[in-house]
Amino acid sequence: MKRLFVIAAAAILSAAPTFAQKFSTRTAKISFDATAPGSPEDITAVNNEVASILDAKTGDVVFQAPIKSFKFKRALMQEHFNENYLESDTYPKSDFRGTIANVSSVNFSKDGTYETKVSGKLTMHGVTKEVTVPGTIVVKGASVIMKATFNVLLADYKVNVPGVVSDKVGKEAKVQLEATLAQK
Amino acid sequence: MRRIILSVLAVALPFAAAFAQADKLLDELNDDGGKAKKEPVTSTFKATRIINSSTVENLAPGVLDFRILHRFGRVSDGVDNFYGFDNATTRIGLDYGVTKWLMVGLGHNTLFKANDGFAKVKLLTQKKNGTPLSISYFAGISVDGGAAPKLPPGMDWYFTHRMAYAHQLLLARKFSNRLSLQLMPTVIHQNLVDSTKWSNTTIGLGVGGRIKVSNRVAITGEYYFRGNNSDMLLSGATTYNSLSIGCDIETGGHVFQLFFTNSNGMTERSFVTQTTDTWEKGRIHFGFNISRVFTVVKPKEFRSTKNNW
Repeated sequence: MKRLFVIAAAAILSAAPTFAQKFSTRTAKISFDATAPGSPEDITAVNNEVASILDAKTGDVVFQAPIKSFKFKRALMQEHFNENYLESDTYPKSDFRGTIANVSSVNFSKDGTYETKVSGKLTMHGVTKEVTVPGTIVVKGASVIMKATFNVLLADYKVNVPGVVSDKVGKEAKVQLEATLAQK
Repeated sequence: MRRIILSVLAVALPFAAAFAQADKLLDELNDDGGKAKKEPVTSTFKATRIINSSTVENLAPGVLDFRILHRFGRVSDGVDNFYGFDNATTRIGLDYGVTKWLMVGLGHNTLFKANDGFAKVKLLTQKKNGTPLSISYFAGISVDGGAAPKLPPGMDWYFTHRMAYAHQLLLARKFSNRLSLQLMPTVIHQNLVDSTKWSNTTIGLGVGGRIKVSNRVAITGEYYFRGNNSDMLLSGATTYNSLSIGCDIETGGHVFQLFFTNSNGMTERSFVTQTTDTWEKGRIHFGFNISRVFTVVKPKEFRSTKNNW
């Protein structure tokens, strides 16, 4: 009995990775808009160096964004974002680890569009929070396109906006994600 | 007993595996062959100047910086001149980031009516787990205006007599988030000096640095030793080594630099070789640098309208 169990466990554990159907990218795009209402300047940035892996079998999905890869229109804004707001020397990366709720309803071998929900942990500025985000999965040929839009409350992640710039930087950032993953 | 343990394991294992799954995926992302990444170190200094000296920081390409520098009169002048506020020297200038590694600037100074220009080239960038130093080369030129000085009899006056050149190597290291230091071997060449007493070329070594007190406030300082010409007189007045101490205060859009310095000149030639005041007896000047940056050429990510949401 014991031997049988060990053999079975070993077989399952070692076989699991080869069955897994994974999709990945290192050029996913995340952009955000943290412009305060009525601000004279746009507080927007875009990051085209986001990495992501999706396990189509389990529905597990991860995203990882290097903070220094967020590009701003104004270089000084980018510097302040790194130095004062996200403190990228201390917290160089932001990541999300989650699971697609209804992954079994997504047919990864046939073109189609699916509305889904992803729940997991978003880590940013050293703070981890449970989040649930609605998103869209588009299967197109051999690639999987994931799209999501959600809001992040800056105070939740201990990102302090000083009073002097509160007319420009909002309390919330609207985050947009677009990732085109290819089979790994 | 053994069976119980086994069945507990059998139930628990899949759960543990599921929790670890997403983490494992993240590990896959991080697995770049196990090598420590050599990322460039950013923000060694907050601004392109410590106080008077240039730092290894360059303006980003396409950024124009309008700078107003102000040095009030001597604090020791007392209440009659409102501790120096009644008279001041000023430099207004424009700096521009041409490429990632090249920035240039032009300015006009009220002191000696000098016009100056410079170029600063990034040679080396400090990297995490790599290059220990950032190194830049600074080359400046200044041309004094105003009336020609009194020359010894028989000596002809040429326009080139107004000119002086400055060359610096800027060697900087960000030791931690708080502490950055910079060494500045400096050569100043002045076309017009009393060559019976002094050399046209002054060799000096500057030391500067900053200590961050908070994310938005830093204490700064810089000092220049002169290897020769330290006995040089300027219109009969003794010259001293330049020492400046101040702080950087960052508000939303700019960095304000407020400081005390014994130099009222703002070109390299001027503060290294023409500082006629001294910290002893309070012969120092309160001063500030204000900079306002304009993005002239947008980064490539923002040139198409696609990313404008």
